[in-house]
Amino acid sequence: MARFVARRLAGMVLVLFVVSLLVFAIFNVIPNSDPAQRMAGKNAEPILVKSIEEDWGFDEPLPVQYWSMMEKVFSGELISYGDELNVDERILEGIPATFSLCIGAAVIWLFFGILFGYLSATRAGGWLDRALTVGSVAGISIPVFLIAAVLLYLFTYKIELFPASGYVPLLDDPLQWAYHLILPWFTLAVLNIGFYSRVLRSNMLDVMREDYVRTARAKGLDERRVLIRHVLRNSLIPVITLFGLDFGATIGGGAIITEAIFSLGGVGQYAADSITNLDLPPLMAITLFGAFFVVFFNAVTDVVYAYLDPRIRLGSSAQ
Amino acid sequence: MSPQALLSVKDLRVGFATEGGLLQAVGGVSFDLAAGEVLAIVGESGSGKSVTAQTILGLTRSPNARIEGSVRLRDAELLDAGEDELRKVRGERIGMVFQDPMTSFNPVYRVGAQIVEAIRAHRHDVSSQAANDRAVELLDSVGIPDAERRVDDYPHEFSGGMRQRAMIAMALSLEPEVLIADEPTTALDVTIQAQILRLLEGLNRERNLATILITHDLGVVAEVADRVMVMYAGRVVEEGTLDEIFYDPQHPYTWGLLGSLTRLDRPRPARLPQISGAPPSLLAPPTGCAFRPRCPHEFGKCAELPALEARLADAPSHCDRCWLSPERKREKRQVAGQIGLEAPA
Repeated sequence: MARFVARRLAGMVLVLFVVSLLVFAIFNVIPNSDPAQRMAGKNAEPILVKSIEEDWGFDEPLPVQYWSMMEKVFSGELISYGDELNVDERILEGIPATFSLCIGAAVIWLFFGILFGYLSATRAGGWLDRALTVGSVAGISIPVFLIAAVLLYLFTYKIELFPASGYVPLLDDPLQWAYHLILPWFTLAVLNIGFYSRVLRSNMLDVMREDYVRTARAKGLDERRVLIRHVLRNSLIPVITLFGLDFGATIGGGAIITEAIFSLGGVGQYAADSITNLDLPPLMAITLFGAFFVVFFNAVTDVVYAYLDPRIRLGSSAQ
Repeated sequence: MSPQALLSVKDLRVGFATEGGLLQAVGGVSFDLAAGEVLAIVGESGSGKSVTAQTILGLTRSPNARIEGSVRLRDAELLDAGEDELRKVRGERIGMVFQDPMTSFNPVYRVGAQIVEAIRAHRHDVSSQAANDRAVELLDSVGIPDAERRVDDYPHEFSGGMRQRAMIAMALSLEPEVLIADEPTTALDVTIQAQILRLLEGLNRERNLATILITHDLGVVAEVADRVMVMYAGRVVEEGTLDEIFYDPQHPYTWGLLGSLTRLDRPRPARLPQISGAPPSLLAPPTGCAFRPRCPHEFGKCAELPALEARLADAPSHCDRCWLSPERKREKRQVAGQIGLEAPA
């Protein structure tokens, strides 16, 4: 296990390094991204631009700029070019909203994904399976912003059931917290509900043909036990793997659109705003933040996978 | 149904509705099985032997399956029994062992836990601890060394032979009256095969267990069977005692099977004899004798399906489906001095 963790940590450092290089490089080649120009404003005197460059260190060679930015990200001293506020503090402020959104949506998509997949597979070919198939494909195909728009139209305008935007911290008022998050949760979950139910359905239909399922029936287990203990249990292994990766990716950027639409003020919305302003420091920090979660949940997924499937053993623990 | 029969199958027909039409996998199979008897069902892939066995336990039931006939276990009819009733028979009264021990255990549960699950599915009052002790005892009885420790192994930690032993232990965990072993040795090495057969034979003798052994391997049959049923294209083409089938086979298909056996006591043939051609499509089987297209002895009458009946005056239990007269059969089955099916001209 220690070797596994060490290997994963080394991998993580490498990934974060490559990702940060990419962000830095992209930012420095896209047009109209010169921060000094943007900070000085339109039609600024060249002398002003020059002095901003000197103040912020934009005249330094790129590797030096990169290094100093990395130092600041990890020491918490990074300042935005736009509002000149501390980036790391701003991200920390956004974390509760982002996590509330992502964790809630994940619970919902996992629950409904498994429920619908199970119902579909156990009634394959029936009307419920067909209905769920149509629903899933629709859920997968409709883009998030459209789902958000439809939900907003239906539940905040047609029927004034839910608030259209805003985030209430969980500790301030748990009911209001959930009430404000219901629409964003479902908006974010719909795609994966559809996707997971399709994946689980096809896994279950494959597993149902396995010899060990026939064995389970032949030893006299009741059908529900066969389906849950033998078919569903084994079919969930790939779904859980998928979940680990998707959850990491959702925290690491998948929630940007949803956060922005519902003005939740989380990390994703900060990212959306920073992109509009071509503000490198927050983009760099948020990208690293996202990449960290993707890599982290990848590693967690590997551990969980080894636990779920005894045939898999993590490299070093077998000795 | 004879008075001592434990399991009695009458005119069992199993068809599956497919896109290409009705696939008649089993076309009327009948047999009785007595306590302590070993019945071997022999035939090549697709002859309907596994489908017959699985239908006995209702494992082929599906919306597409068309199942007719009768399967009686003592006095209970199994074919139209409800799922709950059938569930009590599965494992409890009829145990089943499958072909591939590699895939017949669920890979994510410990071997012992899967045996415990089988026990507790029927004996709700048995504690997990007691069921686990029983699993250890069973594994030990089928020759798993260090059963106390190995009971907590996962299936992938067992070798193929050990898995098949464990499978047999699981099938016997509730002391069923009938054991159905569907190609129990096909996936194993020859030495392990012999061990498993020895094990089945011992169990059969010790427990007076009625056994249906399904195989395509006549070598396996010769080791353990009392009675043999040869199946071809969903029908029984010949049945009799072990000696009758091996020493006085009446059906050309049986000759072919016997002729293709490798034997250490005979000179080695240049090339292993085989039955030419392939089994017929079950979607559109030939009229008359199904073996006709592959049979070198085919004649006009074969276009009509021969009944499965005793054709030898001195052997009332030896039945076959072939129109040739017994004298002609004895003459034609001699190929190079031994029983075989001559190659088509």
